[in-house]
Amino acid sequence: MQYMLEILPSLLNGLKMTLGVFSLTLLGAVPLGMLVAVAMKSKLVVLRAVTNAYITVMRGTPLLLQIVFVYYGLSLANIVTLPRFEAAVVTFILNYAAYFAEIFRGGFQSISQGQYDGAKVLGFNRIQTLRYIVIPQVVKVVMPSVGNEVINLVKDSSLVYVIGLGDLMRAGNIAAARDVTLVPYLLVGLLYLILTITLTYGMRGLEKRMNYYR
Amino acid sequence: MLEIKNLAKTYEGRTIFKDLNLTIDDGEILTIVGPSGIGKTTFLRILAGLLEADTGTMSLDGKALALDGNRSGADVGVIFQDFNLFPQYTVKENIELAPKLVAKHTPAAVEADSERLLMEMDLTVQQDQYPFQLSGGQKQRVAIARALAMHPGILAYDEPTSGLDEASTQRVIDVTKELQNTGVTQLIVTHDLPFAAALNGRIFDFATDVER
Repeated sequence: MQYMLEILPSLLNGLKMTLGVFSLTLLGAVPLGMLVAVAMKSKLVVLRAVTNAYITVMRGTPLLLQIVFVYYGLSLANIVTLPRFEAAVVTFILNYAAYFAEIFRGGFQSISQGQYDGAKVLGFNRIQTLRYIVIPQVVKVVMPSVGNEVINLVKDSSLVYVIGLGDLMRAGNIAAARDVTLVPYLLVGLLYLILTITLTYGMRGLEKRMNYYR
Repeated sequence: MLEIKNLAKTYEGRTIFKDLNLTIDDGEILTIVGPSGIGKTTFLRILAGLLEADTGTMSLDGKALALDGNRSGADVGVIFQDFNLFPQYTVKENIELAPKLVAKHTPAAVEADSERLLMEMDLTVQQDQYPFQLSGGQKQRVAIARALAMHPGILAYDEPTSGLDEASTQRVIDVTKELQNTGVTQLIVTHDLPFAAALNGRIFDFATDVER
């Protein structure tokens, strides 16, 4: 118990990094994913091709590899040198936006043509139709799948260790190696659990709030 | 007045109609009848601006209506067979959304209009309910109120009696007559012949009155 309290501050410090990556990714990836999903419905063939290629690459390669590529690769190729944290967040946003875009695309498909027709004959333009009629319904439909990805993101954020960022997992690793004990891992697991359980309840609350209509 | 001249439509190589000519006077009820699959709904979707016509012209009160499937505005009010109400909005919000966001009427005008329409359509009690809580007849009256809130030049109904019981059907007949008395021009597409007869308007038979 004494030992746990001793390592807790360093773990909580790591948790801060985890939460930072998590919240910034969510903040960036959800709107970007929505934009990509809308672009996938575009009449412009080029736009559709670009978004398709983007999603194929992001979903088709490991996130770990993408982090390494953005942090070391872009720097070595003299394209851009991003600080560790920024590199991690950018990669996470790009990666998660691809998954969100696929989820949103499914959500858009679940909205009947009748909703678009109904909006059109009332004079709504395309943007108003999306903003006021379609997207609110899409959000409700995709909520459970988004919740799933949110939980995944919490756990995936541990991948930032690969470029030396000190997140929760890394803090646990360091303590375990230094003190030759598995106790830090237990604590790390517990902290992740607390995080995911809280998020699960939060997402359920959101789902419930949108259940006022069918 | 709605004037349609030389309207033609082919769909996947099939001629739906050619040289369709039709005039509807202000305050008139025109009922379009004909068996299912003859192109009545196709015609209604062209009238609504949702579908492109091959050739022809259409004008409403002297103003030309685009027939390229990209029409803007709400000159033609449409009551869809499935109503297409917006499920996330209450009855009142469904009625007020377009006047507020599209027509950009003042909040006071929007409110006054929706109060009046709710009253006329006998929906005051249901104004804060969501579409899923309504009966078919109630949903239909919301759809009518929602269309009327944009002050369209004509109101077009697609198969308004499908899925309605006898009492609700009678209600639709009553509503169309009340609207006629206030000067609303109406076009009603139906394959329900007793209903068409009860509407007591001019009948346009898609099976015989259209060249194809």
